[in-house]
Amino acid sequence: MPRVSLFVTCIIDQLFPKVGIAMADVLERAGCSVEFPEDQTCCGQPAFNSGYREEARTVARHFLKVFDGAEYIVVPSGSCTSMVSHHFADLFQDFPAELAATRTLEPKVYEFSSFLTGVLKVEDFGARFEGIVTYHDSCHALRELKIKDGPRRLLGNVKGLELREMDIAQECCGFGGTFSVKFPEVSGGMVRTKIESIKKTGASTVVSIDSSCLMQIRGALSRAGLPIETMHLAEVLASR
Amino acid sequence: MQRDLILRDVRKALGRDAGQAVPPPPPARIVIPDVPVSQRIDSMLDRVAALAGKTLRAKSMAEAREYVAALIEGKTAVASNAPFLRDCGIAELPGVSSGITDREELRRLCATCNYGITSADYGLSDTGSLVMLSSREEARLVSLLPPAHIAVVPASKLLTGLDELFSILPRPAEQTSSMVLITGPSRTADIEQILVRGVHGPGEIHVVVVEEETAIAGPPEP
Amino acid sequence: MSVVFDEKIQQTLGNAKLQLAIYTSTGRLMDHRKKSLTGQLPDFEELRTHANAVKKHTIENLDYYLEQLEANVKAHGGQVVWCRDGQQVADFVLALAKEKGSKLIVKSKSMTTEEIDFNERLEHHHLESVETDLGEYILQLKHERPYHIVAPALHLTRYDVANLFEKELGVPNDTVIENQTLLARKVLRDKFLQADIGVSGANFLVADSGSIVLVENEGNARLTTSAPKIHIAVAGVEKVIPRAQDLATFLKLLGRSATGQPLTVYTSFLSGPKRAEEVDGPDEFYLVLLDNGRTKVLADREKRQVLYCIRCGACLNHCPVYRKIGGHSFPWVYSGPIGAIITPQFMTVRHEPALPFASSLCGACAEVCPVKIDIPKILLDLREDVVKARTEDASNQLERLAFRMFAFMMSHPWLYRLAGKLGARFGPKKAWVSHVPGAGMLPPVKLWLSQRDLPSLAKKSFRDLWKERKG
Repeated sequence: MPRVSLFVTCIIDQLFPKVGIAMADVLERAGCSVEFPEDQTCCGQPAFNSGYREEARTVARHFLKVFDGAEYIVVPSGSCTSMVSHHFADLFQDFPAELAATRTLEPKVYEFSSFLTGVLKVEDFGARFEGIVTYHDSCHALRELKIKDGPRRLLGNVKGLELREMDIAQECCGFGGTFSVKFPEVSGGMVRTKIESIKKTGASTVVSIDSSCLMQIRGALSRAGLPIETMHLAEVLASR
Repeated sequence: MQRDLILRDVRKALGRDAGQAVPPPPPARIVIPDVPVSQRIDSMLDRVAALAGKTLRAKSMAEAREYVAALIEGKTAVASNAPFLRDCGIAELPGVSSGITDREELRRLCATCNYGITSADYGLSDTGSLVMLSSREEARLVSLLPPAHIAVVPASKLLTGLDELFSILPRPAEQTSSMVLITGPSRTADIEQILVRGVHGPGEIHVVVVEEETAIAGPPEP
Repeated sequence: MSVVFDEKIQQTLGNAKLQLAIYTSTGRLMDHRKKSLTGQLPDFEELRTHANAVKKHTIENLDYYLEQLEANVKAHGGQVVWCRDGQQVADFVLALAKEKGSKLIVKSKSMTTEEIDFNERLEHHHLESVETDLGEYILQLKHERPYHIVAPALHLTRYDVANLFEKELGVPNDTVIENQTLLARKVLRDKFLQADIGVSGANFLVADSGSIVLVENEGNARLTTSAPKIHIAVAGVEKVIPRAQDLATFLKLLGRSATGQPLTVYTSFLSGPKRAEEVDGPDEFYLVLLDNGRTKVLADREKRQVLYCIRCGACLNHCPVYRKIGGHSFPWVYSGPIGAIITPQFMTVRHEPALPFASSLCGACAEVCPVKIDIPKILLDLREDVVKARTEDASNQLERLAFRMFAFMMSHPWLYRLAGKLGARFGPKKAWVSHVPGAGMLPPVKLWLSQRDLPSLAKKSFRDLWKERKG
């Protein structure tokens, strides 16, 4: 039985906690034992992306400590996963002890959907969700983690769900962390282009594996008064 | 000297010494597909046609000559000094000026004639390109200044593509000051992305691939 | 960000027609590129990897290849002129023009000459330098910079061109694009045939041949380098590739990445002045090798990969930020993702400190770059450089404090949990901020809200729900 340590990410912890619970539900139903290391906080990405590497290292060190000894670390976010699996090594390139710990940790960190398809090798969770859904490819997941077909297959197995592709599924939603507030008008322009495309599909729900994208998209949908919901993949897969 | 200063800075930046040896470069990537001649001809002409060029697959040199004669009837043309054009009897067609070796005269003719007629050193069949090396036989401006260009090429000159070209001709600089690959008529989409043909180079291009190659008649070689 | 940068961005965002032009033009170029690759070039990924390896090797041994290039240029009757900067290039050209009594220069498109303000430097010296690429010719008349590496007049409409020609050439106002093109052709043909000097750039410099390679669709580069008696090619030192055979890789990548063409209409491989037996061609050839800061960039091991760029423009077309802010928002001649990483390296990060941050790091650029430059990684490195360079600035000190607090909170779980509880107690939007990265970033909430709504705060955090779940 795989022993999964949840890294729920700070954004889900504080803003979208149901996503974390849904993820735990799906993993347990699939036969994993699920634990939540209490001292977890953040992966450090906001500091890293803003150029504050020293500060990012402080946070990353804490992460390494908290998850030392984990068997699998499963994360409901593409960007947080790639921060750990791709960028911790950049952060610690001149710090041999932390670099060694990072290298040990890297193969254990999985974005949620790729854990399901790649490790558990289960793609049907008996989920049921009625409605037309469109899937948004979050950039880190798509381009750094090469996640594209897995989530679509998972959605395809959900009873009652009709999956429709938007014409620009792979275009950035414009969040980009602090980019969204450093260049708000550009970010806003990008998300408005995105929701135009979403609207055209006729979908009632947008699904992604990154809550930060969903936060950006949801904010734009509600500002535009569009009756389209956003849901994390975990929530869809946990639906009965 | 600027040269020495700049090279010095380059070396300093790279941590290299003057005269330091260089590790071998990654081997050049040359992959030549196996394509029979008949398929090359088809591909060449298909590609040229797809670029709005006109094409003819001529079984004989006579057929090639007839095609060109019909095209240029009543018009003026300047032909390059390519032996193949002579062999096809194209250089002597009415209205054609050929055998020009004076630069100024050539320029004047190219600037005023309706057609420029050339052969080509090679063709690249995967892209529909003509490969023209500047030489005693082929001048640069003949395929460039007149508003229309006719190229008459023996089928045996068709290569599969760039890889084969650079495989048989790894050092073009040793042969010529100018090797040009011509792929379709001149074009631009600079204004509103709307395609317009014949901006500076010829807007009309004819590629004739000739399957027959032995000379039926023609003046002896000098 | 600087006021200028912000203003230019706002101006572009606020111009609906321009937004549409940028979006559709770049969209079209993306489609063309895709069509020319999908099912057409099955070894595309392999070619990219190979191209990256060849460029890496060349750049890391650049002195050797520059010397080989020079020797071969000379062997074929050409001359090499090494120039530190734009002023030296101008000095050389002016001196040569004076010596030869030249009055008229025709130019083909070259971003390198844009980089050094070539035409402007010659302006006051009774030497006319005319751009011959249609888009560049239009821009020269308009006194504007290129909007895009490959499609310089992307931002202009036929009406703009009609008005421009009417004003500058004294012709009747004609909005038919074909007619506009024919007019330019006529005007420029005379220039080609009268010009004393032809100035080109170079897409590639081939070391084993002493040759330059020029790719184009119009024919103006061929005319520029074949009609006048003197040909000067201006190129950055980084344009070198080792062998003519490497073109079998690079040419396949360039055309498709730029415009979706397997090959552009004309690809010229030029090796010095005309040979004795050739009928036409220039009598003299000069290759101007330009530094202009490249040797400085070369010194940075991680970032020197920016010099691999073959100027295809694919990164611009795929960049969702470029597609909103356009080419003229960028502070220098190079725009888009490549511009964002070249500019800080050539002009220092202080030139426009916000530039490396004008990206959501989506990675679309890196995915399409034919020479596999890791643009997002360099942007992240530059962000660190900006922070380091601005430690003394007041605004940065505040931000640094915020991130210090963030780091402290995130490495002390008890504090993080406490902040979460306080946030939950003190209600929605305002207090939401207190447990999002950086306590001192209140303005960000306002900035967020300027574009989209905030999510309503969860009453119970994940921790709370988890505790409940366990029972």
